[in-house]
Amino acid sequence: MNDSPLLQSHSASFAQGLAQGVLRFLYCTACETPQTLTRYICTRCRSPQLIWRDACGVGTVYATSVVNRAPSDEFRALAPYLLVLVDLEEGGRVMGQGALGLSIGDRVRAGFRQHADRQLMVFQPCGDGKPMIDGTGETR
Amino acid sequence: MGHAAMNSAYIVGTGNTAFGLHQGRNALDLMAEAALSALADSGLGHDDIDGVLCGYATTLPHLMLSTLFCERFGLHPDYAHGMQLGGATGSAMLMLAGDLVRSGRCRNVLVVAGENRASGQTRDSSIQTLAQVGDAEHEVPNGASVPAYYALMASRYMHETGTSEADLAELAVLMRNNAAQHPDAHLRTPITRDEVLASKPIATPLKLLDCCPISDGAVALIVSSARSDGPRVLIKGAGQAHLHQHLTAMDSVLACGAGVASRRAFDEAGLRLADIDLLAIYDSFTITLAMLIEELGFAPRGGSADRLRNGDFHHGGPLPLNTHGGLLSFGHCGVAGGMAHAVEAVRQLSGNTGGRQVAKATHALVHADGGVMSSHVSLILSRES
Repeated sequence: MNDSPLLQSHSASFAQGLAQGVLRFLYCTACETPQTLTRYICTRCRSPQLIWRDACGVGTVYATSVVNRAPSDEFRALAPYLLVLVDLEEGGRVMGQGALGLSIGDRVRAGFRQHADRQLMVFQPCGDGKPMIDGTGETR
Repeated sequence: MGHAAMNSAYIVGTGNTAFGLHQGRNALDLMAEAALSALADSGLGHDDIDGVLCGYATTLPHLMLSTLFCERFGLHPDYAHGMQLGGATGSAMLMLAGDLVRSGRCRNVLVVAGENRASGQTRDSSIQTLAQVGDAEHEVPNGASVPAYYALMASRYMHETGTSEADLAELAVLMRNNAAQHPDAHLRTPITRDEVLASKPIATPLKLLDCCPISDGAVALIVSSARSDGPRVLIKGAGQAHLHQHLTAMDSVLACGAGVASRRAFDEAGLRLADIDLLAIYDSFTITLAMLIEELGFAPRGGSADRLRNGDFHHGGPLPLNTHGGLLSFGHCGVAGGMAHAVEAVRQLSGNTGGRQVAKATHALVHADGGVMSSHVSLILSRES
């Protein structure tokens, strides 16, 4: 197997993280820039030296929408549900679901919830006293 | 004059089907009707067409749609292929057709697209196909859809600019009023601002009437090196920008790439914003239209509804906007939906709209976006008398 970072498949890593209840993000070891989404090349310095890191899961809500019209039967059962974009504390932005009632600017923490055959990432308000349950069933 | 004329690209023919429901007709049927109509409008014959650019059709995902169409339609071009750039496909094809003609590669390029997006598949199927413009790992699995991506973007844009839901509703009302004047529009029953605000929630802050319908239809244009008689419409400038693919990767809702694309088009045309007297701007959702008007510089941030309420974008105002009714009311059948804006601009510039003719149209800005404000194409079309 070629170990050039350019030829490594990043495609499964994010989903594997979610399945284990961990939010991962790509990080450039050359210039220390966190990346949004999956990349082959650093968005800042164009280095291919990107590695996956675990995020602490805390961030700030950038955008919200309550979805009333779900795209499929699988999600119709959940509607209405909140979609959010969250700017992570480490940098980078992610999309997930969120607790209804969250607003732009709210501090949140990622939690995980089993839905159908997948693990959904659901952001909850930070510091509301409620324990967060991750995919391993452990309180974090 | 000879040299300049040789390096110019004119739009010499336009054609469209009615938009709406065409039960039992497939993408090729609709494309053929639009192409026949554009040929008749141009005065050219089938054998004059030496270039064909064809937009994709979600209801006919063929490997070679352009030459499939050519076989059915009796064309044997020297140059042909399809293109895929979401809602920006039509404008990108016109930009390329202009370059093919200017370079001397082609003399007459047919640009065509159409599909039975409404009647050829279920609504769920259409919505799920479109949702795949989201990132397959990071976005789609959250239960996202195209309206939801635009709704997320809208929440942030409204937060940063003070735009209200009532402001957005005004844009939907204007598009419907314009469509009511066009016999080929999908949705022609006038609506009020309150009806938009009270319509069924889809993904907050967007409601049903903030969203374009799903339509059947087709559109064709012919780009030529030869000047036609009468008022001529020239592709004066064009520009693109592609800053991100996915919403999550869009750095700022105040810099999505539209302004970069239009600056390139203005530079090529040698024109300024103040020269524009007709707007044809992509409007998949009301928020799309507000963000594009404002990033392109035709209203201050958060100010497009104020300009609209002032009458500036109305038929008789200084900057008539989407006089055919836009995607929001003329209808959206995919690639052809975005091409209808260019067709209306060409007809306004050449004085060929019948009862919809605006008082003065010399330079039109056509702008389209594909994806979630991902790919931007600006065209400046100018009347040459």
